[in-house]
Amino acid sequence: MGTPKPEELIQKIDLTPQWPGWMDTPTEIKPGNFCWGAKAKDLDGIGFPNPREWNPGEEDWKLPENWKEIVIEGLRERLEKYRTLKVFMDICVRCGACADKCHFFLGSGDPKNMPVLRAELLRSIYRREFTTAGKILGKFAGARELTMDVFKEMWYYFFQCTECRRCSVFCPFGIDTAEITIIGRELLNLLGCNIAWITGPVNNCYHKGNHLGLEPHAIMSSLEYMIDDIEEYTGVKVEPTFNRKGAEILFITPSGDLFADPGTFTCMGYLLMFHELGLDYTWSTYASEGGNFGFFTTNEMAKRLNYKMYAEAKRLGVKWIIGGECGHMWRVLNQYMDTWNGPADFLEVPVSPITGTRFDNAKQLKMIHAVEFTADLIKNNKLKLDPSRNDHLTVTYHDSCNTARGMGFMDEPRYVINSVCNNFFDMPENTIREQTFCCGSGSGLNASENMDLRMKGGLPRANAVKYVNEKHGVNLLANICAIDRAALTSSMDYWVPGVAVAGVHELVANAMVFKGQGKRTVDLRGEDIPGMEEEEEAEEAAESIAVQEPQEEAAGAAGEEGSE
Amino acid sequence: MGLGFSLVAVLTLVLIALGGVGGANLQYLFGVIIPYAAIATFIVGFTLKVLGWAKVPVPFRIPTTSGQMKSFPWINHDKFDNPDTTGQVVGRMLLEVLLFRSLFRNTKTELRDGPRLAYGSDKWLWLAGLAFHWSFLVIVLRHLRFFFADVPVLVQAIEGLDGFLQVGAPLLYITDVVIISAVTYLFIRRVIIPQVRYISLPADYFPLFLILGIAITGVLMRYFIRIHVVGIKELAMGLVTLKPVVPEGIGVLFYIHMFIVSTLRMYFPFSKLMHMGGVFLSPTRNLANNNRRQRHENPWNYDVKVHTYEAYEDEFREKMKESGLPVEKE
Repeated sequence: MGTPKPEELIQKIDLTPQWPGWMDTPTEIKPGNFCWGAKAKDLDGIGFPNPREWNPGEEDWKLPENWKEIVIEGLRERLEKYRTLKVFMDICVRCGACADKCHFFLGSGDPKNMPVLRAELLRSIYRREFTTAGKILGKFAGARELTMDVFKEMWYYFFQCTECRRCSVFCPFGIDTAEITIIGRELLNLLGCNIAWITGPVNNCYHKGNHLGLEPHAIMSSLEYMIDDIEEYTGVKVEPTFNRKGAEILFITPSGDLFADPGTFTCMGYLLMFHELGLDYTWSTYASEGGNFGFFTTNEMAKRLNYKMYAEAKRLGVKWIIGGECGHMWRVLNQYMDTWNGPADFLEVPVSPITGTRFDNAKQLKMIHAVEFTADLIKNNKLKLDPSRNDHLTVTYHDSCNTARGMGFMDEPRYVINSVCNNFFDMPENTIREQTFCCGSGSGLNASENMDLRMKGGLPRANAVKYVNEKHGVNLLANICAIDRAALTSSMDYWVPGVAVAGVHELVANAMVFKGQGKRTVDLRGEDIPGMEEEEEAEEAAESIAVQEPQEEAAGAAGEEGSE
Repeated sequence: MGLGFSLVAVLTLVLIALGGVGGANLQYLFGVIIPYAAIATFIVGFTLKVLGWAKVPVPFRIPTTSGQMKSFPWINHDKFDNPDTTGQVVGRMLLEVLLFRSLFRNTKTELRDGPRLAYGSDKWLWLAGLAFHWSFLVIVLRHLRFFFADVPVLVQAIEGLDGFLQVGAPLLYITDVVIISAVTYLFIRRVIIPQVRYISLPADYFPLFLILGIAITGVLMRYFIRIHVVGIKELAMGLVTLKPVVPEGIGVLFYIHMFIVSTLRMYFPFSKLMHMGGVFLSPTRNLANNNRRQRHENPWNYDVKVHTYEAYEDEFREKMKESGLPVEKE
């Protein structure tokens, strides 16, 4: 790919929009900024409309003749189904508070990436078709005709939004661009206009159980590689089970963690920790996907994929479910799953078998976050930890958009990180927690053909990492999201070389002291841990002290954060 | 384009009232018929709009969480930014509606050399917005004095507070100064901030000019140009008691004021000004983030086509058996 160098990319950013106005500025679909169109076989595989081979870069998108009618009717139907859409179409005052809150706008300067304008793309159609003023006054009322160019423009920009909801935090009326984009993409889907990077995984997930399309034996062999690595690096032989009926807990994590670094290291972290605890849990090859790319197509497709979690929990007869580290997965679980596919009355309220903690906050969903589970373990001193094993790391934490703004899961991961690492520094306050910036590749945009766009969108996040990298020497960016682990790795290589990316459970496992472990001079990546090579004995002597103290400090640190 | 169009539109309104009353002596039309029509349009339009929103279901509970959720007892819960109960939702909504909590977070982002993105606090929009809305409310409440034979104590108290500076004769109301300053600021920022100018539609300038027109004509009547206040009160009392009268000698300025107010009322239900009602119905703000604890029903939830375990096993049974995975059917 001919992605420009960082310096070149930066020079092109101009946050001042140029006239003429946006309605008079035709949209050019630029290479590097869009993803390949959805493939016929994938659309066919999941029963989506208009399966065909097409290329968004070409003039003819091969749409049915009545395409316009389909879009307008689709919009009408959704205006009657979603109060969000109806209200958000009507009440924006264009105050501009959202304008400079979007990572894609800040990284590209393209005015149609201002959240307000992204919404106006659809709003202008709404006014034209559904309001009297729009019908009569036209452009003066902010209305415009839905033409093929306008349709393509919507496609281009609804796939330049990662549904991160940052703008929604600042909007005085809570207008949520994610909601507009989600529904906008549904409309595009009516004509088969999604992207290959989304519909491919969706088709895989529907038939094979996970986005990557790993068949049952492939899942097992992926994990077997990890099991071997774990034994080599730690001396611990973990023995996960698959599709086992009668296990207490079903564990579901994004399939990205089975396949590519550094997600695999996070996965090794889970395996080690669960093994050490002697947890009675099972993996499933059928429900082998925590994420839900269906969420980036239609509400219905998301529900169809999500169905497997409860169905498999029921078939296996488990008591409850633990979900791994993933961003949009947890937005879906927290805000949609029970409404779609619940109630899961056959499950029990999650109770940690190790600490006895009852997770009443999840008593309806019957599913808890792995980091929640671990935070509770640490709080109750159930993990033997030596955070000095992570002393060569200076860590910062990236809040995933979805866990931050679709859940509010912010202090739990910080508590865990502070318990397993001695050097932790948060990024500036405008870039973390509810104001966190997207990695730039969320909501199914982490393809390779749109790398320009991804790097632009990744700029604000990377820039904040660069700040703590220069100020505190941060060299590790921790997160709880599989897309982050892949996307931030590219983004760091591009913008802040030298900063590695890791899931939280990789750090946890690296800090854990296992029963009967061998000499551990390497981490889960098989890399030497500085300081661990020579002074192992001295360190073991100091261990009992180290295990106690940092936990106290960490608890204090988390408390302070919470009280801000 | 939007700016000029809107300005001309409002000036035209002024001229219509001027010609209609000053030239054609249509006092009854501008003093009674149009105000009645306007208030009726406002009430009916507003109600229909809100009912229209309210009848659309809220299929999912999707609050935007702007703080730490309710979690372990040892983690601080951000009650009003991430509400867990209805009470906390009410708290969040009150902060939003009365104090513009979300806008208070506003920042200004600049791309500086380095490159470095710099985020500065930017409270001006929040301040001007708050100043404008509150002074508008106070002014509306003050106007109640025209609609009661005996001015209510509450209205008198508001007037007393509003005039506490005790300067000028008649006493200067602070809200008069504030509303004109705030609306002027909101107008100026719309023009000079490039991004805001770029997104602005005629529908954004028009209400600003209307409100500015209302404020200016109001201020002129109170402080600068003598009008027949007793006559205005008589007209107002007539309107509110449904026995309309049009006293002589009220002055054309009043009719201009009244006409712009009426236009605003009629325009309101069909415009972005409906954010006044919409803010209460925004599902990202008015719902608790407690889905994991409490079920949320989607009224139009329907069965979907799924890929069952049986279908999955049928496809992969041999591979599963070879890998030693348990199967349901041999």
